[in-house]
Amino acid sequence: MESILQVKNLNISFNTYAGEVKAIRGVNFDLKKGETLAIVGESGSGKSVTTKSIMQLLPKSNSEIKQGSEILFDGKNLVELSDKEMEKVRGKDISMIFQDPMTSLNPTMKIGKQIAEPLIKHQSFSRKQAMDRALELLKLVGLPQPETRIHQYPHQFSGGQRQRIVIAVALACNPKVLIADEPTTALDVTIQAQILDLMKNLQKKIDTSIIFITHDLGVVANVADRVAVMYGGKIVEVGTVDEIFYNPQHPYTWGLISSMPSIDADDDELFVIPGSPPDLLNPPKGDAFALRNRYAMTIDLEEEPPMFKVSDTHYAATWLLHPDAPEVEPPLAVQKRQHKFRGNNHTEGDVF
Amino acid sequence: MGKYLLQRILFMLLTLFIIISITFFLMKLIPGSPFAAAAKLSESQRAIMEAKYGLDQPLPIQYFRYMANVIQGDLGISFQFSNTPVTDLISGRIGPSAMLGLQAMIFGTIFGIFLGVIGALKQNTWIDSGSTLIAVLGKSIPSFVFAALLQYFIAVKLGWLPVAFWRGWEYSILPTIALSIFPISIAARFMRTEMIEVLSSDYIVLARAKGASSFEVAFKHALRNALIPVVTVLGPLAVSLMTGSLVVEKIFAIPGLGEQFVTSINVLDYPVIMGTTILFAALFIFIVLVVDVLYSIIDPRIRLSGGEN
Repeated sequence: MESILQVKNLNISFNTYAGEVKAIRGVNFDLKKGETLAIVGESGSGKSVTTKSIMQLLPKSNSEIKQGSEILFDGKNLVELSDKEMEKVRGKDISMIFQDPMTSLNPTMKIGKQIAEPLIKHQSFSRKQAMDRALELLKLVGLPQPETRIHQYPHQFSGGQRQRIVIAVALACNPKVLIADEPTTALDVTIQAQILDLMKNLQKKIDTSIIFITHDLGVVANVADRVAVMYGGKIVEVGTVDEIFYNPQHPYTWGLISSMPSIDADDDELFVIPGSPPDLLNPPKGDAFALRNRYAMTIDLEEEPPMFKVSDTHYAATWLLHPDAPEVEPPLAVQKRQHKFRGNNHTEGDVF
Repeated sequence: MGKYLLQRILFMLLTLFIIISITFFLMKLIPGSPFAAAAKLSESQRAIMEAKYGLDQPLPIQYFRYMANVIQGDLGISFQFSNTPVTDLISGRIGPSAMLGLQAMIFGTIFGIFLGVIGALKQNTWIDSGSTLIAVLGKSIPSFVFAALLQYFIAVKLGWLPVAFWRGWEYSILPTIALSIFPISIAARFMRTEMIEVLSSDYIVLARAKGASSFEVAFKHALRNALIPVVTVLGPLAVSLMTGSLVVEKIFAIPGLGEQFVTSINVLDYPVIMGTTILFAALFIFIVLVVDVLYSIIDPRIRLSGGEN
């Protein structure tokens, strides 16, 4: 399938008073046309930094995208574009939905104008045309009484409604890529479900590719076609949603899956991954997860594992996949899932 | 909105009444008599003068008489310029003061906001440091020192502008600059701080994500949100212009209210002191109302209570 966006060897550092924080350490992935790629990982794993760098929205004063990093979109390397050129990409070809709808709309501007703004800027719509289109968009995202509400200010809307408006802003110019940075995290569960349904429906309607950042695996199962698991500024495992949920290979993914609460599980305690995220001021020499990994081997502390191929769509960076590695028993929850996977390929939805 | 304004105006009148009362009694605490300075008057002549102006009456009687007159719009007759009503004195002098104050306010806030915005946009560059330097100097140098420096360098040494007096618009330039240095520094500091805060907020990132240029981000999205605290200090600033003008008018020999006010206090011209105070107080109260209305115009989240919204 054709790739619309390719990230190659992305390295990003932040310069702080304490020193250089290597937040992103060689990230590679591609986004295929029409798919939803979920990026999951704990706080500080580099999910948001990766996506902000695609939009070139990182603060120039203290962040640095290293030489050799490539973000290829439409034949251009976005890292090398000038500010002016990048302005033409933002909001038009690539747009973004942010985490907190309560703070991501301008409180002193009517919502109609906020939706119309990118249309006037990128599509050279007249003010009237742009407002008509804004009204259409508000209907599309299911905002009640759009004719009157288009003239209201953000504080007159609830959180869920505001996120619908933010989605309308993001979709205004029919972007080829939509980046959703934890779009449901700040919403309560029922509204979350509504917003996820809305995004799935809209994706079919306007044929866009979505990068969906989240730390909620339940959401991933619901929306994603493929999943990339990030840890310590790297992607440690990538695969289709079934492969990640039912045949995970990386011990960190095992940890994530085991720590998901499950209705039919009969254990009393919820599994947690011990320890805390790695210090990216001085990244560990070997596998960044080694110190928290009970399956770690000596080599994990010395050498970084490369990406091992599991299938054409499934890769994982763990020495456990090396031919010489000993057989290990994954956690029980993972074993159960793997059993299901082998017994019946494609249990969840129809992927690809 | 209408109901709210009505309520506010009633409270303004009450405030004004309290200010007038307090000023009246405070003024009477200043020792001496307005006619004591005129040495030529004999004891009995002075008694006649005091009786003529009602100054021989007990204080409460004087107060009630004065208040009754004020309510009817009569501010009394000046002692120093015999037979001239205070209202005439004030209206004859208010022109230059109002013009100076207004010019200084407009120039000061616009230039100050501009300095603050570019300071925030070019944070930690020499432009930012320059804007900070101007603001710190403006706040630490008193306006009369600045006025004297302007007179010496621009008027005397360079001869570009007149040193003093009030004979046309070019005479107002130096006093306006001297007066506006304080509003400039205040507006610049507040604007810079608030602008930096606003520029790092989520909706600014979203505006950039929509493809807005840094100019559009700063002026279409950030400026309006950053204005609120600046508007808040505009009220006290306006007062500082009024009081600052007392000294500046004196230095530039401008026939304004301030100059007259200072002279009146020196010779205990009670009616003129009272009249000018009432005017200043009324202006101040009015500005506070204007600031509150400005809030609701700038920020739609602020609705004036008492209205229908």
